[in-house]
Amino acid sequence: MADLRTTFAGIKSPNPFWLASAPPTDKAYNVVRAFKAGWGGVVWKTLGEDGPPIVNTASRYGALEVGGQRMVGFTNIELITDRPLQVNLDEIKQVKRDWPDRALIVSLMVPCEEESWKRILKRVEETNADGVELNFGCPHGMSERGMGAAVGQVPEYVEMVTRWCKQNTRMPVLVKLTPNVTNILGSARAAKRGGADGVSLINTVNSIIGVDLDSMAPYPVVGGKGTHGGYCGPAVKPIALHMISEIGRDPECAGLPISGIGGIATWRDAAEFHALGAGTVQVCTAAMHYGFKIIDDMVDGLGNWLDARGHDRLDAIVGRALPNVTDWQHLDLNYKIVARIDQDTCIKCGLCYIACEDTSHQSIAALKANGERRYEVIDQECVGCNLCMYACPVTGCISMVEVPTGRKPITWLEHPNNPLRQAAE
Amino acid sequence: MGNAGGIAARRLSADELTRNFADIHVPLDRERALIEASRCYFCYDAPCQQACPTGIDIPGFIRKIATDNVKGAAVTILNENIMGGACARVCPVEVLCESACVRETQETRPIQIGALQRYATDWLFERKLQPFTRAPSTGKRVAVVGAGPAGLACAHRLAMRGHDVTVYEARPKAGGLNEYGIAAYKVPDDFAQAEVAFILGIGGIKIEFGKALGRDISLSALRRDFDAVFLGMGLAGVNALALESEDMPGVMDAVGYIERLRQAADKGALEIGRRVVVIGGGNTAIDIAVQAKRLGAEDVTIAYRRGPDHMGATWHEQELAQTNGVTIKHWARPLRLVAHQGRLKEVEFEYTQLDEQGRLMSTGDRFTLLADMLFKAIGQSFVPSPLSNGAAEALELAGNRIQVNADRKTSLTNVWAGGDCVPGEDLTVSAIQDGKLAAESIDRNLRSA
Repeated sequence: MADLRTTFAGIKSPNPFWLASAPPTDKAYNVVRAFKAGWGGVVWKTLGEDGPPIVNTASRYGALEVGGQRMVGFTNIELITDRPLQVNLDEIKQVKRDWPDRALIVSLMVPCEEESWKRILKRVEETNADGVELNFGCPHGMSERGMGAAVGQVPEYVEMVTRWCKQNTRMPVLVKLTPNVTNILGSARAAKRGGADGVSLINTVNSIIGVDLDSMAPYPVVGGKGTHGGYCGPAVKPIALHMISEIGRDPECAGLPISGIGGIATWRDAAEFHALGAGTVQVCTAAMHYGFKIIDDMVDGLGNWLDARGHDRLDAIVGRALPNVTDWQHLDLNYKIVARIDQDTCIKCGLCYIACEDTSHQSIAALKANGERRYEVIDQECVGCNLCMYACPVTGCISMVEVPTGRKPITWLEHPNNPLRQAAE
Repeated sequence: MGNAGGIAARRLSADELTRNFADIHVPLDRERALIEASRCYFCYDAPCQQACPTGIDIPGFIRKIATDNVKGAAVTILNENIMGGACARVCPVEVLCESACVRETQETRPIQIGALQRYATDWLFERKLQPFTRAPSTGKRVAVVGAGPAGLACAHRLAMRGHDVTVYEARPKAGGLNEYGIAAYKVPDDFAQAEVAFILGIGGIKIEFGKALGRDISLSALRRDFDAVFLGMGLAGVNALALESEDMPGVMDAVGYIERLRQAADKGALEIGRRVVVIGGGNTAIDIAVQAKRLGAEDVTIAYRRGPDHMGATWHEQELAQTNGVTIKHWARPLRLVAHQGRLKEVEFEYTQLDEQGRLMSTGDRFTLLADMLFKAIGQSFVPSPLSNGAAEALELAGNRIQVNADRKTSLTNVWAGGDCVPGEDLTVSAIQDGKLAAESIDRNLRSA
């Protein structure tokens, strides 16, 4: 099988699948179970300053269910580790000693003062952990105390703290970015300027996952009240893919290793993150939903897929989709596709028809043929939007086929309807 | 304990009988209903809805179940079919809505529409909610003959529209076949009467029991005394085998026996044969065969003169019979009843086949089954004589039923008809649609008068 070993910002792991800094990596017990299951690495749940441990609430999680599918989205209001610092450090040291081939990165979050960072970095180094990840992302709780996303949302702070860390440790420094910004490049570039060895993203998204209509409080409800939480799970994957691609194709961030996070539940999800430039991926919600055993298919599936494509190493596909990520203005406006309905597999549900009829371009005809319902695409009206294909419940029944127009590709930049067009040379 | 020949009461213990006549289906609980509802694709112009004789917005009510708007789901159902609760239990969904479900096409596993319909309507009944109200009184009076599904559906819709309804029912209870004819395990726990009470709960409907058309009331008097008349008296006749000695002890008609079984407070008191033969291929044949088995009959054989595809009973009903240990013999018709000491002892059959023109003919081979009881279940027939009793006017018939147009209006002014006494499928759900359509037509008619 293809070689899945990765070296990411100097950190080696047997496969690209790490468990993200979160409850599954809070203590040695869980981490050892994960390593036994086959995970390539973990980012230990965030450590804070020495002193009285922080306190967590009950309840802590909320979930979005869609059409009977549980945990399509997930939210939490849990803070950083609530165990004493020394207990965590001792366990990290022991686990790294017992599992030398696995990546063990320690997530950190301390007040925005150089001395605080300096102190904790020194103690982490003593554990022989492979690196640190700066938690500039958590949108809840800690941000009210000037940490987490409160730092990550200000590029100057990101750069400053990254620089402090780089100056005070020999360990690789990863910076975990918050998606709760209008443009991810602000904090990504700042991390690069500060000397980060890599970035990990996305952290969780600011969210209220739902409202308990009985108690009239947002989920998760804590004694009749709730607060916004950090949103993750399969539903955030598109946000993460976009942000990763933005960094991946930004010249200023060129060469900056990216650890992809956000809704990864299968090898296929992971392959998409790798294709957009992620060197490793981090998983949390899927493990919290199904347990650590999911790693088996992730490793196996990714390897088999690479084999089928004729690649012997994971590196071969990292960033491979990036050249095809562009701006809208560079898309070919003469490219034409239309929907095709396979009448043999059509189950006559009419969802393609009603979606197009009510909300799009009225380009599907509802017919009766020999008393049977029949749906046909009206080619002249079809704009090739894909809606019917996605509304159709039968896989492969509706496909989009290219219709040669005989016209040369043209982008908006050259299009006659564009008042600001650049005349073709 | 009576025991004449092989016929006896109390073949099974009271506990066994209670189990055998309990609800044949386990209702969906909320969890199962939500899982099932989530499978619905919410089709456009849904095939299931088109296949429902009452046109219930099936995707609409299933979506409401999925969002926990169960009351809304129940009202969506009952709006089109006031006996949605009974239909959820007795409809042959396997040849109606569920056979049309696109999931059937896709994966041969349709949405359990009947079970979901039951979930929603049971929810409403358990809470004793009455979602329907009457329109302001029109002062018009309508007579309904027969308190079966057609008559009650008509009466309910008329009451909703503000008319006052008097229902004339020959029997001591309302509900028609839901009360007297459907297999007991399909509508246990006095469901039929609970549904009747729900329907009458809207107000404006008066039922006069023990009043039969042609005996206690006449069509001409009803036409004279009311603004409109709806006929929903069903089928009073039972078809005969046309064999010699058909009246010998041990030979019975299935409909009459099922009626006694349905009304028996103590099912153990019913006498049933050890070896039972049922003649017929419809749902009544299945119902009597399975119930005979569940009363303790040892061997029950249904003999039908054609093949499985010709049977009026659906494949689902045929399977039910078979899983209950009933033997179905196809291509066999009775020739002769053999008596011993004045009671049925054997039935002689001949094998049948279709000739090249598709006509049924004997193969020449014969066989004999021992039987101490034989049930005739070869259909019911319309008896038109009560209609003409004391009336100069004559209703036009279509074949041997009352002729009606698309609005269920008969050839006589101010007379509508529906249910089994008009042509069409003899299904509860069709009868309800007849009653509903007739009521809307009556309402339009009375308002324009």
